[in-house]
Amino acid sequence: MHYSISRSSRFVAEHAAQQRRQLLVALAVFAAIALLPWMVSDVYLMNVLVLTLLYAALSQSWNLLGGYCGQISLGHALYFGVGAYATSVTFVKFGILPWAGMFLGGAIASVIALALGYPCFRLKGHYFSIATIVIAEIGLLLVNNWNFVGAALGVQWPVSPDSWWTLQFARTKIPYFYVALAMFAATWLVTFWIVDSKWGYAWRAVKDSPEAAESLGVTVFHTKMAAAAISAFFTALGGGFFAAFVSYIDPESVMQFQISLLMALPAVLGGIGSLWGPAIGALILIPLAEFSRSYLGGSGSGIDLAIYGGLIMIVALISPDGITGLYRRLRSGAAA
Amino acid sequence: MSQALDIVQVVASGLMMGLIYALIAVGLSLIFGLMDVVNFAHGEFLMLAMYATFGFVFATGLDPVIAAPLVVAIMFTIGVAVYAGVIRHALRSRANAGMVQIFATFGLALLIQGLVQYYFTPDYRNIGASWLGGRTLSVAGIFLPCPQIYGGLLSIAVFAGLHLLMTRTDFGRALEATREDKGGVALVGIDRNRIFALGWGLGAALVGLAGSVLAIFYYIHPQVGATFALISYVTVALGGFGSIFGALIAGLIVGLTESVTAMILPPALKSVGVYSLYLAVLFIRPTGLFGKL
Amino acid sequence: MSSPTIVTCRGVSKRFGGLLANDGIDLTIARGEILGLIGPNGAGKSTLFNLIAGAFPVSSGTIMLGDREITALSAQQRCKLGVARTYQVPRSFESMTVIENVTVGAFVRQRRVSAALEKAYRTLEYVGLVEHATVAAADLSPPLKRRLEIARALATEPTLLLLDEVLTGLTPSEARAGVELIRTIRDSGVTIVMVEHVMEIVMPLVDRAVVLNLGKVLAEGKPKDVVRDESVITAYLGDRHRAA
Repeated sequence: MHYSISRSSRFVAEHAAQQRRQLLVALAVFAAIALLPWMVSDVYLMNVLVLTLLYAALSQSWNLLGGYCGQISLGHALYFGVGAYATSVTFVKFGILPWAGMFLGGAIASVIALALGYPCFRLKGHYFSIATIVIAEIGLLLVNNWNFVGAALGVQWPVSPDSWWTLQFARTKIPYFYVALAMFAATWLVTFWIVDSKWGYAWRAVKDSPEAAESLGVTVFHTKMAAAAISAFFTALGGGFFAAFVSYIDPESVMQFQISLLMALPAVLGGIGSLWGPAIGALILIPLAEFSRSYLGGSGSGIDLAIYGGLIMIVALISPDGITGLYRRLRSGAAA
Repeated sequence: MSQALDIVQVVASGLMMGLIYALIAVGLSLIFGLMDVVNFAHGEFLMLAMYATFGFVFATGLDPVIAAPLVVAIMFTIGVAVYAGVIRHALRSRANAGMVQIFATFGLALLIQGLVQYYFTPDYRNIGASWLGGRTLSVAGIFLPCPQIYGGLLSIAVFAGLHLLMTRTDFGRALEATREDKGGVALVGIDRNRIFALGWGLGAALVGLAGSVLAIFYYIHPQVGATFALISYVTVALGGFGSIFGALIAGLIVGLTESVTAMILPPALKSVGVYSLYLAVLFIRPTGLFGKL
Repeated sequence: MSSPTIVTCRGVSKRFGGLLANDGIDLTIARGEILGLIGPNGAGKSTLFNLIAGAFPVSSGTIMLGDREITALSAQQRCKLGVARTYQVPRSFESMTVIENVTVGAFVRQRRVSAALEKAYRTLEYVGLVEHATVAAADLSPPLKRRLEIARALATEPTLLLLDEVLTGLTPSEARAGVELIRTIRDSGVTIVMVEHVMEIVMPLVDRAVVLNLGKVLAEGKPKDVVRDESVITAYLGDRHRAA
């Protein structure tokens, strides 16, 4: 056999260099975002930015399971709620710091995801998606009737002085901005790291053709479980942060279906299965949702909903691969 | 003795409502069986039909039962239009077809909801007095609301009709053929697009009929579709996507389960019974009771 | 792991509802040979192929890989033991590039990404697909997709390679290249089982042929003997194949 050893090593080296470049670009982007608070003084705008970063992180987490591994969960609000409640209840009832509460919530969410994965990953396609919706609804109904966590009244965080320990800031939103940015960066980096690893290749193979993946040595079930657990963990982290951010949660505000949808949509809009897709999608959808709700939907007019729905429809139809897909196609079209 | 009667009452009410759930769900199942598309705007179709019925009654002063044929015709047209304008484009995508149609139809659902809310306000509306509305029939000590009986009978008639349609008519056979082999049907002169469009029309018409029934006794508002949507998806999935018979059986099961659960658990939790049942059944049969793989 | 027989099927049967696709099949495959699995349509070739690959379980019977019984093992477990397969209609991972597709297979034996990528690259060179390494798998032409299937399977470093109609529908020059590649693979020590329809191409290539008909083994032996077998000719007459 005549292998060209130098050519293959060169390819691998180029690949590694490409990875490094991507990482540097990402770090530069994070650094640039970090400068934003110096340029923004409007509280409302800062609020929108925090939410945008949060949903970028949430959507990135969703993307791990949905975009890369191909399992479309429409019930991720369950994990968001678990995180929000774990953080709130442990803080309010036991004085456990939200930082610990967040990670506790993440751990609980992962365990739930694994437990649910066992029955759910037998289901394919729409059966799976509907099961996720149903499970999240059950979760919502149960929490709504569970007195220990406040049932329908929810959990109110006590008013406390500004502190990084308790992640409570009344006078400024800027610390929240940085925590949200850190979460987004963390989920991005986790995605980046996993995609270029044995797990990442397995996930994508399972998404495209589970049977072929199986024939190539991939244990489909374990692959899905891993994706679910990691995705759930980071989603719950986001939920915990949200609870600290808004200081009051109830079942509707952290477990309703709209939240599940809002986690999946940015990824679809931006391009599922891409590194920056969820962030781009969040950057467009979240401010749009916030602004249209404030300026157009305030009176319950419904126009904001219509515009929102219309946008989703248009995006889903024009580019099934989202904005990044469109960009890629334009670029290769221009090069051709 | 009255205990037994209570149980019979609960069962009867549950089955009756179940027939209506089956009617709501069958259109969804039909569309999926035909072209692998789950219409996430299905609840909004129901809602539109309810508004149309209300509008008819409001405009003409006639009974909502008379509105049914007109509403069915309107919904049929809407179904065809949605296929031609939206779904046909959604099917173009190869790699992410599943996701495209989920989000395209979701977007449509929000769009419809938003527009209805904008034009008709979020106010709850009610048809009020009508021939069937508010009346109850008593059979051997069991009380059944007339609108529900009407809905139940209509549902049975529809399912019988669908069975005949699918097995005895050319259109039904064409639907079946297209479902089995989408690529090959062109060779025998079946226009796939036409079948898909008619399939959507039929699916929308069916849920439209259900809506015209519901409008008689249910409050009408922009979010009412969302209330029934999840139950319909669960019903369809439980019965197995694509199975008309499955939709009927599943509807009955769902109605019964909901009714019985409401007897045992607080009313706010009545759906938990249905959802848990769904998960249990799907665990054993991952493609629903009568679904194909 | 060095027994002369790499696969032994004993009494293998597979029933699909009312249809008995494979009926008590006994078969041995010698290490290092190229075995052709042929037969008219509906003979049960694909079923047997899939049973050996582990795509679905047998209804009865046993399958041995070397000295080890693999009847109850999944496709994924068999892959780890050295069984790899291609699909008749290529199931490439459409959202990935050519080399990424092959890398999935490479991960069976390699732990690190760099090692897997390197292995994938070299495998692409081996099958002649390397110029398309960064092309999206979805954009490949069908004959190249077939070759990708083979490359992917090869990356798992199999001892047994199952090829499902890889030569069907190719142009003569493509088919020649395919035959060449298969010979090269066998010469590197891999046992090959091919399901094929195209007799003219397959017969000169295989060492041994097993003819299936109606779920049972009809004949087996050297190609030149099998094509002259009376019962084989009769079985094929319905397909309008004639022995040369």
